[in-house]
Amino acid sequence: METVTLTIKSQPGLFLEADSITPDAFAGKKAEEIVDLPVYVGREQFRLGDFFEVSGRAGATPAETKIVVNGDLSRVKYIGMKMTAGEIVANSNADMYVGAWMQGGKITVNGNVDAFAGTGMKGGEIAIKGNAGNYLGAAYRGDWRGMAGGKISVGGNAGSDLGTFMNGGEIVVGGDVDVHVATHAEGGKIVIKGNAKSRLGGQMVEGEIYVFGNIDTMMPGFAYRQDVDVDVDGIKGRFALYEGDLGERHRKRKGQAIYARLYQRINA
Amino acid sequence: MAEFLIKNGFVFDPVLGIKGDVADVAIKDGKIVETSALRSPKVIDATGKTVMAGGVDIHAHVAGPKVNIGRNFRPEDKLFNCTAGHGIERMQGGFSVPTTIRTGYNYAHMGYTTVMEAAMPPLYARHTHEEMRDTPILDQGAYPVFGNNWFVLEYLKNHEIENTAAYIAWLLRATKGYAVKVVNPGGTEAWGWGLNCENVHDPVPYFDITPAQIIKGLIEANEYLGLPHSMHMHANNLGTPGNYTTTLDSFKLSEGIKPNSKFGRAQVMHHTHVQFHSYGGEGFNFESKAPEIMDYVNTHDNITIDLGCVTLDETTTMTADGPFEHHLTELNHLKWANADVELETGSGVVPFVYSANNKANAIQWCIGLELGLLAKDPMRVFLTTDHPNAGPFIRYPRIMKWLMSQEARDQQFDAFKHKDKVIEATNLAGMDRELSLYEIAQMTRAGPAKALGLSHMYGGLAPGLDGDVAVYDFNPNEPYAPDDIEKAFLNAKHLFKSGVQVISDHEIASNGNKRTLWVNARANENPQVMRDIKEKFLRYYTVTLNNYEVTGHYLRNPHVIEVDATQ
Ligand SMILES: [Zn+2]
Repeated sequence: METVTLTIKSQPGLFLEADSITPDAFAGKKAEEIVDLPVYVGREQFRLGDFFEVSGRAGATPAETKIVVNGDLSRVKYIGMKMTAGEIVANSNADMYVGAWMQGGKITVNGNVDAFAGTGMKGGEIAIKGNAGNYLGAAYRGDWRGMAGGKISVGGNAGSDLGTFMNGGEIVVGGDVDVHVATHAEGGKIVIKGNAKSRLGGQMVEGEIYVFGNIDTMMPGFAYRQDVDVDVDGIKGRFALYEGDLGERHRKRKGQAIYARLYQRINA
Repeated sequence: MAEFLIKNGFVFDPVLGIKGDVADVAIKDGKIVETSALRSPKVIDATGKTVMAGGVDIHAHVAGPKVNIGRNFRPEDKLFNCTAGHGIERMQGGFSVPTTIRTGYNYAHMGYTTVMEAAMPPLYARHTHEEMRDTPILDQGAYPVFGNNWFVLEYLKNHEIENTAAYIAWLLRATKGYAVKVVNPGGTEAWGWGLNCENVHDPVPYFDITPAQIIKGLIEANEYLGLPHSMHMHANNLGTPGNYTTTLDSFKLSEGIKPNSKFGRAQVMHHTHVQFHSYGGEGFNFESKAPEIMDYVNTHDNITIDLGCVTLDETTTMTADGPFEHHLTELNHLKWANADVELETGSGVVPFVYSANNKANAIQWCIGLELGLLAKDPMRVFLTTDHPNAGPFIRYPRIMKWLMSQEARDQQFDAFKHKDKVIEATNLAGMDRELSLYEIAQMTRAGPAKALGLSHMYGGLAPGLDGDVAVYDFNPNEPYAPDDIEKAFLNAKHLFKSGVQVISDHEIASNGNKRTLWVNARANENPQVMRDIKEKFLRYYTVTLNNYEVTGHYLRNPHVIEVDATQ
């Protein structure tokens, strides 16, 4: 694996749209070619090299390419968008759409990310060491195709509208989450190790939510079924199982309706 | 105004009967002229290229409230699909519900110059006209919907043709409309009660009238006025297996009625998107009844149809057929918009993904093409997708490819997941007909222009017609692959609209001088109808008459077709 190191040298006046920071765009290129990749500020097009020092070289393929991004990235959007393989390490906070529509590879953010990280993600892994903003692993606005595969882990808290229209894959949040979890979801698994507020699983058809802490208000469309022993993300415990959203359509398997499942840990 | 001489192209023109001969086309002062009338023309070398009149689309949903609902509730339709403005080209976006700007440009790139908006809710005519005004290049008109309108239901219940005609004339003038559109007659009104009208004899609740009475009455009123276009119909029971009998029953309501029009059309009923109305069988055993439908169409001169071909794309369905859109959202569980338009109509919008892996969608694809290939008279059968319902209009060149090439159809069959079952339920695999470019010109130019009553302006290259001419990078006399057809007709090399070069060497060269066509039918004074209109506005409408009519700045460049229906 070859490594390209980007270090931000000037901050954009507005926000920098840098969907070219991916192993796919870098693969097969030398530093002096990478600096010419396009980035946008508003409607103006610039070169990546206008904002970043670039050193090292990319591998022959995306899978053989690692990108390390240093400096304050809190105004840089779309890092790792649509990447299919390889690795990105961002050593800072990053702005919106980190790893959006990602298909493979790994992104590590050693900081916080703003909204829409992992939008429409199909595969690969995003590890966020800090907090995540709203709409983590959700669908693009208006779309019904949310996260379909891969894994997102968040060390800290996540915002609202986590996993909207999620269809597959896994999201693990180490801390707390804001309102609206797995709205309209038809699959996938969300693990919340801290507390949740309200509106979990609204219009959820299938999939799983695990909450280790408190839930302020349970949706009326979820019904308590029974207590069960669960082994989730390496932690064993006894959970109360709820099924819902009872107001939604549900497909049947062998005559039995399949519901979305919400597990809440029972404090021993 | 500039003069152009388009030299040495292979010309296909049903109006002049030219079938690919090398000929020159001359344009002067916005019109086609004899080549001898030119003094110092700009010469366009069309050697080795195909030359046709500008395309005419008789049925598409491109402007108005439901199109805009589609745009608003589908931001994902524009995702990664927008281009910034450059030169004279303005910013554009969208695929199945493109912006007005892209609508104009994309039609122009396909060589189309006239596009009719197929369903205008009268109450929202101002919105529809605002969008048409913002659509560059194209000449456009819009069809107000009448089939669920309270005035019409009340008059036709008692077969009051003269009153219906007076109301139609008033509404066409108020909305600056072009033709009489009917969508699921009675069924959309029934939807207000959570019901539908599933066949032509299924009564409309409260109004106690049948779809058959509405259809026949509107045909008669249309002929009473002698409008340029015929009554334009989307029958009951769209999209339901077994519905072809309803379609045939609807066709038969035109029997014995002769056209009364000075505008050269021969039909009294145009039935739109017939693909959606040609289904046999039941439930999952749904099958093509295109041969039965085309047997009828081929033997009845007073009917025209358009295809409504499924293109196997992700698209946005939208129709004044409110109950049908509810049926669709129950089927695919995607988002749904539903609207009721006071005394006039309703509508629904649902995104839809037509997939080659879905047996039903593949059968629908076959049916649309079967209708086209079974057509004995391509002057009465027009190429459409009911844009965007069965597919976006930008796929017309792909449909041309499928109609013109059995090899292209075989390639698509091979891509179907349920190929054998699809072949079993349809007839397309056994058809070896390949349409000629002349027949394509009939289906996309001369035919629709004639059916619209606009053959004095559009659809051909005869001197006196509008200077609407497309030049395509396609040499019909050299070997070509099926995909070459699509590529060429998607990207006209040159396009002239009303004598202005709007595309030069594949690039937009002018935003044109688009016109809005509307029909001013002058009927006898009818105090009763005027009284009824005033009363209904006072009692029921949320707006006053003063805020209803389309006037002034809503119509920047109107072109009025005058009809004298006084007697
Ligand atoms: Zn339509």
